[in-house]
Amino acid sequence: MSTTYFTKEHEWVRVEGDEGTVGITDYAQKALGDVVFVDLPDAGTEVETGGEIATIESVKAASEIYAPLGGSVSAVNDALNDAPEKVNEDPEGEGWILKMTLSDTAELDSLMDADAYRAYLDTLE
Amino acid sequence: MSETTLTGNRGLQQEEPLLFEQGHPGHSGVDLPEPEPVAERLGGVKRQRDIGLPGLSEPQVVRHYTRLSHMNYAIDSGFYPLGSCTMKYNPRLNEKMARLPGFADIHPFQPESTVQGALELVDLTARWLKTLTGFDGVAMSPAAGAHGELCGLMCIRAALEARGDARKTVLVPESAHGTNPASAHFCGYKVRSIPANARGRVDLEALKGALDDSVAALMLTNPNTCGLFEDEILEIAQAAHDAGALFYCDGANFNAIMGRVRPADLGIDCMHLNLHKTFSTPHGGGGPGSGPVVMTQELANHAPLPWVTEGADGFRLLEHAGDTGSDGAPLGRIKGFHGQVGVFVRALAYMMSLGRDGLEQAAEDAVLNANYLLEGLKDDLSPSYEGPCMHEVLFDDRFLKDTGLTTLDIAKGLLDEGFHPMTMYFPLVVHGAMLTEPTETETRETLDQFMETVKGLADRARAGETAALSEAPRLTPRRRLDETSAARNPVLRWTPPEDQA
Repeated sequence: MSTTYFTKEHEWVRVEGDEGTVGITDYAQKALGDVVFVDLPDAGTEVETGGEIATIESVKAASEIYAPLGGSVSAVNDALNDAPEKVNEDPEGEGWILKMTLSDTAELDSLMDADAYRAYLDTLE
Repeated sequence: MSETTLTGNRGLQQEEPLLFEQGHPGHSGVDLPEPEPVAERLGGVKRQRDIGLPGLSEPQVVRHYTRLSHMNYAIDSGFYPLGSCTMKYNPRLNEKMARLPGFADIHPFQPESTVQGALELVDLTARWLKTLTGFDGVAMSPAAGAHGELCGLMCIRAALEARGDARKTVLVPESAHGTNPASAHFCGYKVRSIPANARGRVDLEALKGALDDSVAALMLTNPNTCGLFEDEILEIAQAAHDAGALFYCDGANFNAIMGRVRPADLGIDCMHLNLHKTFSTPHGGGGPGSGPVVMTQELANHAPLPWVTEGADGFRLLEHAGDTGSDGAPLGRIKGFHGQVGVFVRALAYMMSLGRDGLEQAAEDAVLNANYLLEGLKDDLSPSYEGPCMHEVLFDDRFLKDTGLTTLDIAKGLLDEGFHPMTMYFPLVVHGAMLTEPTETETRETLDQFMETVKGLADRARAGETAALSEAPRLTPRRRLDETSAARNPVLRWTPPEDQA
């Protein structure tokens, strides 16, 4: 049973046990424009909550991906090396960026669920 | 709408293939004698096929580069609202001075006694920079702005360590230049971002909350990258110093305040200057920069070698820490040789020809021109922040809401009208940014023509006449380029047709 949470930085994290899969939301990929490169971390990289963990480069700008929660990187989506467009085409599916082993799942309470994120998007318009 | 021609040329605007595509085997611009036969000693590594250089005559080569130069849009051919980051007008006097043989034909390994003029020039440039900024010391060797940031942070690190108070973190506001966090990270510091307030300036309360005894320095860009003066800078400096941190300022935008404000008076400890940007030397597209760092005496004790000093026997270049007589420990070299002396010549020519009052007027004219655009366009575009602005004015894409058009379309539309576009999509703190810097040299007529053009494009967008913009540019030698494919699948190497099969 997995649950998806969202951040104000327009990232999602799908949590199963103590493993979280991280990506960017559809709103984020639209705002970035065509993604041309994703700079992925090495597996095993340790990161604190809010720390920079990856970089997404689009035709407009390079943007940081922040760790929604602290932990260590357990896997990265190598397919993005050859096909960064997956982030645009399927941001919440095949365009996932990395998986992390979360150090404290209690931190999840600080994130938004899908309804709260939708309400947050409405405030940005 | 585009008429095709037999040649592919349009009038006298000519298509130009690569030199490799024009060459023919056997053609040659020079008459070389047949080589003497030599005994081969290469064993198995002898080249098996032709080296593949194009055979061309001298006029073919001359025409090639002349035609390419015609396709170039430059500050010498038209208005360039990218502004001084890329290029502002370079007075010809600067170039004349840089070509004097005493500057142009010397070598960094020459004995000191034979380059006294060049050393005096370095010293005099340093004095001008210290006088304009109010600082005691300056490191002249950094090669450009980001290198200056690194140099300044290294001096800050050395000074804090000398105090016995080494720290770990550097605070960088959102409105700072993107190189600031990169420099801090490269210097071994952790970077923490400080949010901007609704006025586009540093959120002072958030800054105060983030300042603690782990913070080595705050890096502030002023005027900031939204073209706004950080008007709480005195409180910002006080808060940083109260926490025991040092205050670094990114002085890339010093061209907006030079002659008006001495940054040392604002409580800044250390600041780099982009000589190539502020003092009008040619750069951009790989041209040389120069990023001297002005600093307090405490930091200057650690300034990197070499130092130039004046003594009884003339000017000397101090290349070893022991020669400096400094109590501190100067950093070693951070760059080969003695800094970008050719840029110093041009910057000094600019400073001396304008004088202190002229520099002040150049800053005021740059600010006036940007505010003229802000006032003239504020009802047609969407200014991101209330004015007055400094030397650049920031618009975002709210005025394009529901038109289906983007900042990119407006930029491409400007190309058809004969203008280079402004900076697009930067800074990132606003959506669809259009950062416009007219610089001090543009006439009111040029600014009026530019504003009429931008207004016309905005009117078209709002009136639903979107095709002319979404298909732009239509009149340039190449239509809209596919930037996405170019970035995802770059073709970086030309291969001969016979290899492409």
